[in-house]
Amino acid sequence: MAESIWIVIAAPLAGAVLLHFFGRWLGEPGSGWLATLTVGVAFGFAFTAAIPFFQGTGEPQSVVLYSWMPAVGATFELLWDPLSALMALVVTGVGGLIHLFSIGYMHGDERFGRFFTYLNLFVASMLILVLADNFAVLFLGWELVGLCSYLLISFWFTRPAAAVAGKKAFVVNRIGDLGFVVAVMLIFASFGTLSFSDVFANAPDVLSAGGAAAIGVLLLLGAAGKSAQLPLHVWLPDAMEGPTPVSALIHAATMVTAGVYMIARVSPIYELAPTASAVVAIVGALTALFAATIAFTQTDIKRVLAFSTISQLGYMFMAVGVAGYVAGAFHLMTHAFFKGLLFLGAGSVMHALAGEQNMHRMGGLFRRMPVTALTMAVAALAIVGIPPLSGFWSKDDILAVVFGQGDWYYLLWALGILTATVTAFYMTRQYLLVFAGRPRWEEGAEPHESPLVMTAPLVVLAVLAFFGGLVNTPFSPGLEHFLEPSFEGVTVSHPSTGTLVPLAIVVLLAEAVGVAAAALVYLGPVAARVRLLGRVRGAWEAIRAGYHIDELYAAAVASPGEQAAVWAAFAFDARGVDGVVNGVARVVGRLGATVRPLQTGYVRNYALGIAVGATGLAVWLLARGL
Amino acid sequence: MIVTSGWYLTLAAVLFVIGAIGLLVRRNALIMFMAIELMLNAVNLTFVAAGHRIGTLDGQVAVFFVLVVAAAEVAVGLAIIVAVFRQRRTASVDELSDLRG
Repeated sequence: MAESIWIVIAAPLAGAVLLHFFGRWLGEPGSGWLATLTVGVAFGFAFTAAIPFFQGTGEPQSVVLYSWMPAVGATFELLWDPLSALMALVVTGVGGLIHLFSIGYMHGDERFGRFFTYLNLFVASMLILVLADNFAVLFLGWELVGLCSYLLISFWFTRPAAAVAGKKAFVVNRIGDLGFVVAVMLIFASFGTLSFSDVFANAPDVLSAGGAAAIGVLLLLGAAGKSAQLPLHVWLPDAMEGPTPVSALIHAATMVTAGVYMIARVSPIYELAPTASAVVAIVGALTALFAATIAFTQTDIKRVLAFSTISQLGYMFMAVGVAGYVAGAFHLMTHAFFKGLLFLGAGSVMHALAGEQNMHRMGGLFRRMPVTALTMAVAALAIVGIPPLSGFWSKDDILAVVFGQGDWYYLLWALGILTATVTAFYMTRQYLLVFAGRPRWEEGAEPHESPLVMTAPLVVLAVLAFFGGLVNTPFSPGLEHFLEPSFEGVTVSHPSTGTLVPLAIVVLLAEAVGVAAAALVYLGPVAARVRLLGRVRGAWEAIRAGYHIDELYAAAVASPGEQAAVWAAFAFDARGVDGVVNGVARVVGRLGATVRPLQTGYVRNYALGIAVGATGLAVWLLARGL
Repeated sequence: MIVTSGWYLTLAAVLFVIGAIGLLVRRNALIMFMAIELMLNAVNLTFVAAGHRIGTLDGQVAVFFVLVVAAAEVAVGLAIIVAVFRQRRTASVDELSDLRG
């Protein structure tokens, strides 16, 4: 089974190629079903191939497809081990459900077929990324998902905001990719190969502490770009300009977790670089709290979720930064379930309200859309972390691992707790604004429940978000055993069982405070809310604008860049380069004008010239004596 | 009186100079053509005289080449002159100075 794992990539890729050529002809909804089918095939195949791992009998296996760049020792090689199996299952499973949802959501779009071409291409690219067995293939997938992200964010490119958002995502990711590429070059310079197994096996002998730290920090830069961590988080909120299924698939469930996956994958290098790992954890913790506070203040239903995603990715970074790779992968999986569900639910709400995204224009939707409301309630409770929902187990796992590090990691743990409170607050706020209270939607709008093709994925994801956490509880750490072959030699200091329960109670208390506070404010009278807001108006607006980070970057980077471009275009190029070219032309022109009168047009002048020349030549020859 | 090759060479030089002067001073394209023919034949005479003096046939062979080239040149040249004449109603080369710088 594992030898032909390439089929997992080939199925959605074939779908993308087919839809590229016949998408318009297949039309709606045929192309959507074809795309969903290819991802379903990939899921089925990946699931079958992963069965040995479930049984605990599977061995990690690398499959060489062909020799790609022999000069750098890069074969096109796929790795089938529990970690890549987990990622492949999440990508194809959640991805397949989102494909299905899109059939309903994209109904009536004139580029229906093209949308599914991109979605299929994205799934294939993401699978290349997670199945890669060397840094070259990893980078190939890494860039391909970036391309698909760009294409899909700007899918409605006639809207200027969407075009700009796609460009922004692309440019910000280039900064991260610079770090990634330099790290890969350093790896090649140190090891002479890009193969995972060779690099990781020799890493302790080859890498100095400084070398490992340099590679670790550079890889972190790449991961921060892809996973929207500080300071490269600015692209993700804007990426919400894309269609909502894209936000669910790429910007919540799969692509943005590529950074977490990559750090987990190169864990042997981070094991050698405690400093780099600590930086990862600190970046994660700060991002988690930072983004959560911004989510707190947003009024756009999707931007709340975008900042929430950044915040949850911060949790995952915190986990992998303290070598809690299993906890990170666990949260990655549960997050894919509940955040995918939240986005799809938001999409369902927007679908019902003709694209309305402002939560102040929603409210009272519970009775109109019971399925969406109930499934989103599950997702919201899961992300808040209410037991026994999935988010409780994974978030608790992360916080426990961080706590278990002791020392100054208690500070990160405290940040994590604070983030949990804020998370509980903003999720409750969002839920109440959208589904509870009086209806505030536009006059004449008649919100209705979405069709079955959209609600079915919601229900499946809700079941996963509800029970998904049970695969890895402290009582039966199934995922930990499952992933063991991928993280051999990694030791994580778990707190003892005696401390786990008090820790969980602290987390639950923090979340309860958040939920209660939000309920108090947003179920109370609106006048009180407005009064409260009036007192903190300044801070509120500053946080709402994302702490003005965008403006800061615009002033510090974009504006000087624009000035440099203006100088290069209008001073350097127009005057400098063009000046030299025109100058040469003018000199040649003058010379030509000077000698032009020699050409009189009279034959006899030329004949005289020839005669004089020939005579002169003859005289000269005779004079020198032949 | 013995006619030596020197005489022939002298005659050839005289003919050549007459041709050259004719080419330089005349304006009618046809006359200029005739002057050129005169120069070519002066050269032919030189070839034959020199070949006879050295005692080889090379001079006479060269003359045949010159004759062939001259015939071709006359054919093309006369065609051009006729064409120009039809266009301009003149064969004066001084009128045909459009290609000046």
